[in-house]
Amino acid sequence: MAHVILRHRDVPDIHTINVYKKNGGFAAFKNAVTKMTPAQVTDVVKNSGLRGRGGAGFPTGMKWSFIDNKNWPHYVVANADESEPGTFKDREIMESNPFQFLEGLAIASYAVGANAAYIYLRGEFWQLAAFLDEKIAEMEKEGVLGDKLFDGEYSLRMYTHLGAGAYICGEETALLESLEGKRGQPRVRPPFPPSYGLYGKPTIINNVETFANVPPIIENGADWYKSLGTADTAGVKVFSLSGRVRKPGNYELPFGATFRELIYTHGGGVQDSRSVKAIMPAGASSSLILVDDEKILDTPMDYVSVRTIGSDLGSASVIVIDDTVSMDWLVNKTIHFFKHESCGKCTTCREGTYWMSNISERIHHGKGSTGDVDLLLNVAKQMQGKCLCALGEFSTMAVVTGIERFPQDFKKAVSKA
Amino acid sequence: MSLVKKYPKEVKQILSKYPPEHKRSAVMPLLYLAQREEGYLTKAAMQDVASIVDMTETEVAAIVGFYTLYHDQKGGKYRMQVCTDLPCALRGADEFMNNLCANLGIKVGETTDDGFLTLEAVTCLAACDKAPMFQTQGPDGIKYHENMTVDRTMELINTLKKSIKEVE
Repeated sequence: MAHVILRHRDVPDIHTINVYKKNGGFAAFKNAVTKMTPAQVTDVVKNSGLRGRGGAGFPTGMKWSFIDNKNWPHYVVANADESEPGTFKDREIMESNPFQFLEGLAIASYAVGANAAYIYLRGEFWQLAAFLDEKIAEMEKEGVLGDKLFDGEYSLRMYTHLGAGAYICGEETALLESLEGKRGQPRVRPPFPPSYGLYGKPTIINNVETFANVPPIIENGADWYKSLGTADTAGVKVFSLSGRVRKPGNYELPFGATFRELIYTHGGGVQDSRSVKAIMPAGASSSLILVDDEKILDTPMDYVSVRTIGSDLGSASVIVIDDTVSMDWLVNKTIHFFKHESCGKCTTCREGTYWMSNISERIHHGKGSTGDVDLLLNVAKQMQGKCLCALGEFSTMAVVTGIERFPQDFKKAVSKA
Repeated sequence: MSLVKKYPKEVKQILSKYPPEHKRSAVMPLLYLAQREEGYLTKAAMQDVASIVDMTETEVAAIVGFYTLYHDQKGGKYRMQVCTDLPCALRGADEFMNNLCANLGIKVGETTDDGFLTLEAVTCLAACDKAPMFQTQGPDGIKYHENMTVDRTMELINTLKKSIKEVE
């Protein structure tokens, strides 16, 4: 099947505006602005079943319909902060198929009545931001961005904005704070961004991949999109495959493809022909899937099915862990990450990740006791449900499932003491 | 010299991205511009940025302290930031880092004696399929270097050194 999102793999040079146009580029945006009302655009997206690709999987059209039409101006923000360990899909989309993403952003802006859209990129995407600036300038020249588009009343401008190294800015309200020139610390919600977002104005924030799905949906219709994927989870997904596989990389597959297909058919299998011990399907934020039975690998990758095996699909950043890896090492790595990235605003996460790190360091370096493993599990569980945002919650996932599902690894680690 | 005097075009362009009543949004891009000068942010540079966006010096310092790509201490001409996070570590990043340290004769966090390179370990850079990898942060901005070996890294350092000498 031809790619829907990673179209550059089928169409060479689609990152140039002429090739993009020749392949139907901007037709969906023009159609939307000249022939559809904003509400009609939102309805098509709603009916398509498209869900947010940043990790939470919230229905996109529904989010757009929450925009507060009594308060103006409106903004749309693209979350290009891609920082979840194991995730590298948005980068490929923006580098290789940038116009499809930008067109999706433009359609979303029209659908919610925004005349300004911001693309918030992680600071490390410095070169990529300059590249997107060029693409935006080309779109202005082409007349698909700017004032009074397509001889109508609608105007739209786009701007890139660089973060400066903070995972937390992928959390949408922290991102808004950062875009306002403040430290990236999450806001207390509600109110949610569709009523109180950038500069206190109604704002829609979606992930890069979510936007890239929009032009083909407008062009081919909601029913076409629903025909891809599973009944619960419509469409296609870019899976970022990493860890101990022979061919790591991004693979676009319909939702419902199995872990086995991703890891063995596309990823070439496990390095050194070892066996899969565990899978993290949503990057470092995942609950660890214990692969003690080959059948686990036949689980379809969609939101509902992954839940039945005790994890979540999230951003579909699939990290493969083989039987050479000990979980005390892995958990120490993920805790270190979250401790480093905790923004410090809420006590639970700031202190919790600090103490988890202390205990886990002890265990991993052979200085821990059996009591330390219980203590680590206890701290992680105490944190759950008490954090201001998802970062704190996520920091406990690998800890709890690592200890509970791979107890022998921790037993071994503390027996060295 | 102040940023407005030295980079009038850039400052104007940055400010034009945001509503005039929200010019505080420009603080981060302006800090990048200011950091270009010395590779880190001096107190004077922070004061200068603060005056452009109507923030206090303390507020600007809080931004600098929060985000890892801003530096308030002098480092090497280049900062080499190696990702040692989980996905990269599963593909040999820790070993790469250890070997690199041995080759450079410094530890993580240290700067080479000639002041050219500071070696840092960082969290995920969204290049997990191309480990070992690192980014360089220097006078020419931030650049990714992927699927690296220690040999190729040492070559890169030599190339960078030469290019700096030519400029100077």
